[in-house]
Amino acid sequence: MESSTYISVRDVVFSRGNRRIFDGVTLDIPKGKITAIMGPSGTGKTTLLKLIGGQLRPASGEIVVAGERVHKLSRKALYRLREKMGMLFQSGALFTDLSTFENVAFPLRVHTSLPEDMIRDIVLMKLEAVGLRGARDLMPSELSGGMTRRVALARSIALDPELIMYDEPFAGQDPIAMGVLVKLIRDLNSSMGLTSVLVSHDVPESLSICHYACIIADGKVIGQGTPEELRQHPSDQVQQFLQGQPDGPVPFHYPAPDAVTDWGVTGAGQ
Amino acid sequence: MAQRTTEIIVGLFIIAGCAALLVLALQVSGLTPKSPGETYTVYARFNDAGGLTPRGKVSMAGVTVGSIREIDLDKDTFQAVVAMEINAAVDTIPTDSSAIIRTSGLLGEQYIDISVGADETSMKQGDAFYSTQSAMNLERMISNFASGR
Amino acid sequence: MIDRIASLGRTGLDVIASLGRSGRFLVGTLAGVPQPRVGLPLLIRQLYSVGVLSLAIIIVSGLFIGMVLGLQGFTILSDYGSEAAIGQMIALTLLRELGPVVTALLFAGRAGSALTAEIGLMKATEQLSSMEMMGVDPLRRVIAPRLWAGFIAMPILALIFSVVGIWGGMLVSVEWLGVFEGSFWANMQSSVEFVDDVINGVIKSIVFGFVCSWIAVYQGYDCIPTSAGISSATTKTVVYSSLAVLGLDFVLTAVMFGNF
Repeated sequence: MESSTYISVRDVVFSRGNRRIFDGVTLDIPKGKITAIMGPSGTGKTTLLKLIGGQLRPASGEIVVAGERVHKLSRKALYRLREKMGMLFQSGALFTDLSTFENVAFPLRVHTSLPEDMIRDIVLMKLEAVGLRGARDLMPSELSGGMTRRVALARSIALDPELIMYDEPFAGQDPIAMGVLVKLIRDLNSSMGLTSVLVSHDVPESLSICHYACIIADGKVIGQGTPEELRQHPSDQVQQFLQGQPDGPVPFHYPAPDAVTDWGVTGAGQ
Repeated sequence: MAQRTTEIIVGLFIIAGCAALLVLALQVSGLTPKSPGETYTVYARFNDAGGLTPRGKVSMAGVTVGSIREIDLDKDTFQAVVAMEINAAVDTIPTDSSAIIRTSGLLGEQYIDISVGADETSMKQGDAFYSTQSAMNLERMISNFASGR
Repeated sequence: MIDRIASLGRTGLDVIASLGRSGRFLVGTLAGVPQPRVGLPLLIRQLYSVGVLSLAIIIVSGLFIGMVLGLQGFTILSDYGSEAAIGQMIALTLLRELGPVVTALLFAGRAGSALTAEIGLMKATEQLSSMEMMGVDPLRRVIAPRLWAGFIAMPILALIFSVVGIWGGMLVSVEWLGVFEGSFWANMQSSVEFVDDVINGVIKSIVFGFVCSWIAVYQGYDCIPTSAGISSATTKTVVYSSLAVLGLDFVLTAVMFGNF
């Protein structure tokens, strides 16, 4: 059942300013599976995707995607590698000055020299896959949040990538849109054999579709495995995150000076 | 907007720019398509070049025949050496002509006026004027007049 | 005290670093072989939004400035009985100074701020990142056409500004105040030199166009991708562009028209 590894991240250290975001993160992402990377907000999950995509370079450590060391690639090789990657951004990131159709056609026009009627067929096919063939002439400003993400999804699969990364696909979506996205992600994975990486903090949705998950907190991987394994995980921190308990290893209170110094009361109730 | 329309409008915009340049060239700066033409250089030494400037005009009988190229100081005689370019067509300036610095109007800019001599040989490239008359200094003139000299 | 000196030093370093970043940014934008098939339509679209859409404000301001020059010049020159020199005064003022400078200031306010806001918004909505992830360099795809458009549009706008201004000045002085038209043009033509005045003015506006659009696209590209960040970047664009234009104008004037 052990499938080959598509992305491997080894001992990656990354800091932004004085803040160390990753302090030795190691994880493997299997080929053709859906892997969810979860963790509380602000743990740098999006940063991890940017590291995989080569938009950021780690301070130390190694990131290998499809057999290539991303952070060592030349600009040209990196851009060629990115043609095999699709990324769905949190906001959708559609080009606001292009129509839905042109947005999906954009990667095709840039990277292929297909004739116009072929581009049209492919674009309509991709839009059909996300159920928005009828919305081809709308401008991004006319789309709802869920539709924006579906169009962005159609755009990221336009070139039939091997890898697709989803950055918080469920954030801020209504239940129906969320259901649609869950279905799309699952269908795309099974029908196209895509390797999918899903970054999210929506535990139930993520665990419901992923084959494999890992949880990042405080710059480290604190737990990984199949959804079943994670639910049985011994670590308190993992359990707190999965069950959404307000207090636990991650304290409810932000570190603050002693109550006495702030209010100037010394044991008034005692 | 359709790409085609945009292209046409931008084309018109660029044409408007070129037209503006043309208007400025012809109507405003009065540029006529005449080539600078052949010139030859002659020199004149002045004790005081006054307010002469490079590109200033050189005229004979009120007709512009050339322009001043540069003004230098001769380090030995401490005179101003003015190099001027005279139109090649004007090739009959007698060698004993003199160069005089004059002012157009009372306060206008200064120019060189060539006062024609009577010699039969004409000036050639590199020749210098035999006699010159320096800039008239209004202030000095008034003080000379006042002190009766 | 030590803190203050340290923060002064830090600010200085920040300024130098951001200057360096903007230089690297410029090189990244202009480097590489241009691809006319892809680039030209993008450039034309930007010329439209940067150049054509700025025409209205340029023409209206040019007209009014020319008219004001006509009025002011007439009042002053008529004291010396030399109203005829008004053509010369209007033309030289516009060609050498006001044309390039006022156009650049208006450009910074109208087109520069729009460029910054647009690019900043593209950054905030991750459009630039997503372009990068699609294997397209946003510097060349998004930034370069905008930079070139500003660079090309500025001299054209300045020329149009000067022509409209001269026409406005003529309207006031010849049509309304009764300066003789023949001497208006003759004076102008005898004093305006094509290379010295017109071309030098064009060179000025090319320099301004380059600096203004560089500042505008850089501020947009480098802004903090939040609404507060974009608004402060837009302000910075206008302020820095105006200062750069006025400062550079002094330097260029000294080089071009100063006698040394």
